[in-house]
Amino acid sequence: MYFLKLIARNSLRHKLRSALTTLGIVIAVLAFGLLQTVVDAWYAGADAASATRLVTRNAISLVFPLPITYRDRILQVEGVRTISFANWFGGVYISERNFFPQFAIDAKRYFQIYPEIVIPPEQLESFLRDRKGCVVGRKLAQTWGWRVGDVVPLRGTIYPGTWNFTVRAIYEGRDAATDEVQFFFHWEYLNETLRQSAPRRADTTGIFVMDIDDADRAAQISQAVDATFKNSLAETLTETEKAFQLGFVSMTEAIVVAIRLVSFLVIVIILAVMANTMAMSARERLSEYATLKAIGFPPRFVRRLIFGESITIAVVGSVIGCLLTFPVARAFAAKMGTLFPVFQVSTQTVAFQLVAGLVIGLVAAVVPSIRAGRVRIAEGLRAVG
Amino acid sequence: MGTMVEARNLSKSYRRGGQTVPVLSDINLDIDAGEFVALMGPSGSGKSTLLNLVAGIDKPSGGRLRVNGLDIATMSETQLADWRAQAVGFIFQFYNLLPVLSAFENVELPLLLTHLSRRERREHAEAALEMVGLSDRLKHYPSELSGGQQQRVAIARAIITDPQILVADEPTGDLDRASAAEVLGLLERLNAQMGKTIVMVTHDQRAADAAHRLIHLDKGVLINGQRDAQPATRAGLS
Amino acid sequence: MPVPISYSFRNLSTRRFTTVLTVSGMALVVFVFATVLMLEEGLRSTLVTTGAYDNALITRRSAGAEVQSAVDREQAAVAEMRPEVALDGAGMRLVSRETVVLISLNKRDSDKPSNIVIRGIGEQGLPLRPQVKLVAGRMFRPGSSEIVAGQSIGERFIGAGIGERLRFGMRDWTVVGHFDAGGTGFDSEIWGDNEQLMQSFRRTSYSSVLLRLQDAERFDVFKTALENDPRLTVEVKRESVFYAEQSEVLANFIRILGLTLSIIFSTGAVIGAMITMYAAVANRTAEIGTLRAIGFRSRSILWAFLLESLFMGALGGALGLALASLMQWVSFSTMNFQTFSELAFSFTLTPRIALWAMLFALAMGLLGGFLPAVRAARLKVVDALRAA
Repeated sequence: MYFLKLIARNSLRHKLRSALTTLGIVIAVLAFGLLQTVVDAWYAGADAASATRLVTRNAISLVFPLPITYRDRILQVEGVRTISFANWFGGVYISERNFFPQFAIDAKRYFQIYPEIVIPPEQLESFLRDRKGCVVGRKLAQTWGWRVGDVVPLRGTIYPGTWNFTVRAIYEGRDAATDEVQFFFHWEYLNETLRQSAPRRADTTGIFVMDIDDADRAAQISQAVDATFKNSLAETLTETEKAFQLGFVSMTEAIVVAIRLVSFLVIVIILAVMANTMAMSARERLSEYATLKAIGFPPRFVRRLIFGESITIAVVGSVIGCLLTFPVARAFAAKMGTLFPVFQVSTQTVAFQLVAGLVIGLVAAVVPSIRAGRVRIAEGLRAVG
Repeated sequence: MGTMVEARNLSKSYRRGGQTVPVLSDINLDIDAGEFVALMGPSGSGKSTLLNLVAGIDKPSGGRLRVNGLDIATMSETQLADWRAQAVGFIFQFYNLLPVLSAFENVELPLLLTHLSRRERREHAEAALEMVGLSDRLKHYPSELSGGQQQRVAIARAIITDPQILVADEPTGDLDRASAAEVLGLLERLNAQMGKTIVMVTHDQRAADAAHRLIHLDKGVLINGQRDAQPATRAGLS
Repeated sequence: MPVPISYSFRNLSTRRFTTVLTVSGMALVVFVFATVLMLEEGLRSTLVTTGAYDNALITRRSAGAEVQSAVDREQAAVAEMRPEVALDGAGMRLVSRETVVLISLNKRDSDKPSNIVIRGIGEQGLPLRPQVKLVAGRMFRPGSSEIVAGQSIGERFIGAGIGERLRFGMRDWTVVGHFDAGGTGFDSEIWGDNEQLMQSFRRTSYSSVLLRLQDAERFDVFKTALENDPRLTVEVKRESVFYAEQSEVLANFIRILGLTLSIIFSTGAVIGAMITMYAAVANRTAEIGTLRAIGFRSRSILWAFLLESLFMGALGGALGLALASLMQWVSFSTMNFQTFSELAFSFTLTPRIALWAMLFALAMGLLGGFLPAVRAARLKVVDALRAA
């Protein structure tokens, strides 16, 4: 108890110094947490993937289409329950900055395969009836102030021209991790337009998505699908949804690695600051430590005093930093809008933050505590703070 | 009564740069239990060093040193720490109180090294503070006390574990005349009424006057021999 | 009369441990700051130098990248016949009709996929790009299933080494040579015969048409003529401008992320400097009193402490820059958001970046040292001396 009293009072001794140090730790832990959350957001698609969904694309690359006729043949493969398909539209809404994903889909079955996209039944009905209709995510609608009935014009880049869609439904994500920034419209509408303007590009799709009956057989079913189309004009590559999403992440892997490294760097920076603070405080109190040793306290008492103070400041700072991470993350997500559709602070991140704080407190105190523990009493007594 | 401090051929030197600098040479000294001695000498004479050796906070380079029968020159650091906790009380020129602790808590500090309960510690601390006349200042922090009061708190801390020997390094060095007189009076009482052996380093003539015996050092050697030839100005040896 | 500069400098070296720690914190922040700027610069310089100023690139209107673009034979013919188009020594028009697709290749070290650009080029494809030089093997023979790859692609991706084969479009393609494109975007590409690739992919239109202008200044005439032609739905850009624009999204992303991080990190370093300087003031109160008593004015005291902090900033900046310059040996490759394809670039240090980094470091020193220096300057002489 006495010990804790000493630590608490020593921490409060230099209020400005302790406040500044704590502030530094708060900022560092906050930055660390945010960066880890950015990395998590990068993997959000992969994390939200279902184990019973497969994605089939052209084996050369996503840029090449697949014939729509493949659909019936894939459905024949044992284990495939439902199949739908989607084309990446890549249109521009007003300006290139306003990026959000747009897909031309086989609507009826697509939403069966993605039950986490929750659409009110009347809205779904009205969408299915309007071939120029579209379904948009709640966050997307909020960002642009779209309401059911509004017309949204998109400038095509892959499929040229101006395309107008009427918002017929706004979906919500079933889980916190569901992307609510997507834009869906009827593949039929895209296809019938292409038949007129660019017939060679009609009757194709970008990917097939399938729901399978047994997650454990995903590998076999994938191979079976690909075997069906081996040696044809458009060979396929079928993989689990998770692998498909991870493929994207790995393409920008360098950025993810860089962000991870930088998030640890901030801990190192604040470690230097904290170590400095503890070293200065310990040096100033050398005569006190010498006095304690003279009275008969063992060196480990002195060491523990310094560790205790360092850890107290670090833990207080990291707890505050953890708590602040949540509102700051929300504000950040709002600012980033559609770039990071899912931006959640995970429990693992919070755990890392707390551990980081603890590590900072421990490591910063090592050198000063060893030095103070070893202080030769006679010299220490002579030291002027 | 017996001999409290027995030094034979005691020496101490430091390494500075590549050289060995002798601070104390061939000290032979006896201090009886219950004596109040003052170590005096010009600066650099080694008096503080001798005090540190006797108090067990520094180790001699050579010779033998027994305090209250224990050969402290050969004790390990841990043993010395434990020994100091129960055998030695310290009084410093600049009081060396912990600024974050109140007078009461500073006095209580050495008792943490014992197994006394919280209530027992409180009783001892209050008693010690009463003995030095500061019962009304229990909760004050050092920054709220005058120099003289701080030194008295330090003295209370020094005696709380009932040590056999008190070492004081310039106890009145930073005090005005009145406070110095108070502190010296306290030391005299501790010596006379409680039989504490006091070894004090001082420049101050008044402090020297309070002591029974003066021991002079210059350039690391005793100026006078084993049993001081100069008569004590106060009686007090029993 | 100012306090001598050496006072500030020597005080730093007396408390070495503290100075080292504070300077290290600042150095790390400057390192992050400089590295981000270097990465952005590397990206820009890679893409800016990718195209030539006197080449014009024709794509379909509104296509963001060549992969999304389609230019059919009639439109290509109209563009080629324009008088502004340059001729080579033999009287041939300097034009290359090209097809750009992406294929998914796996990295040699991690087996993870990346989208690599495959570019079908015409006969003039290489002459139109003088910065590209063959460094190993030989050029592909026109009309064959041979391809050449950028050297870095050949090293990093399975199937792209000389002698290796890639399979796509129902054919095997053999890599017969590697080229070095001088650190431009073409380093991340694989090239083959355009007609062969088009056949293989069953394409009837090109992705883009690249041609050289006789007179680079007549570009606007050329552009207006083609873009206003009612038969055509094309967009014309200088080749250099086209590729520079392709770096924008990624460059902005890097810059915004990096600057945000640097500012946040710098707060930590500034706090560190403040703590150090406040302690310095507190420990040297007696000294300050003495200096004032001797006759130095409070402004001189302010400057002396501020200088100390600025010195630390300068040291941190120099150290951080030195560390950042080591990054020039590291290469960076990622998917370019705009083109969806792999792009390799590196960290490029320029004098401008070095200047910004030092200014940033000095700013940190200034911010960290200001308030403590003010406190030092405001000490009353009497109080300061009493603390001795």
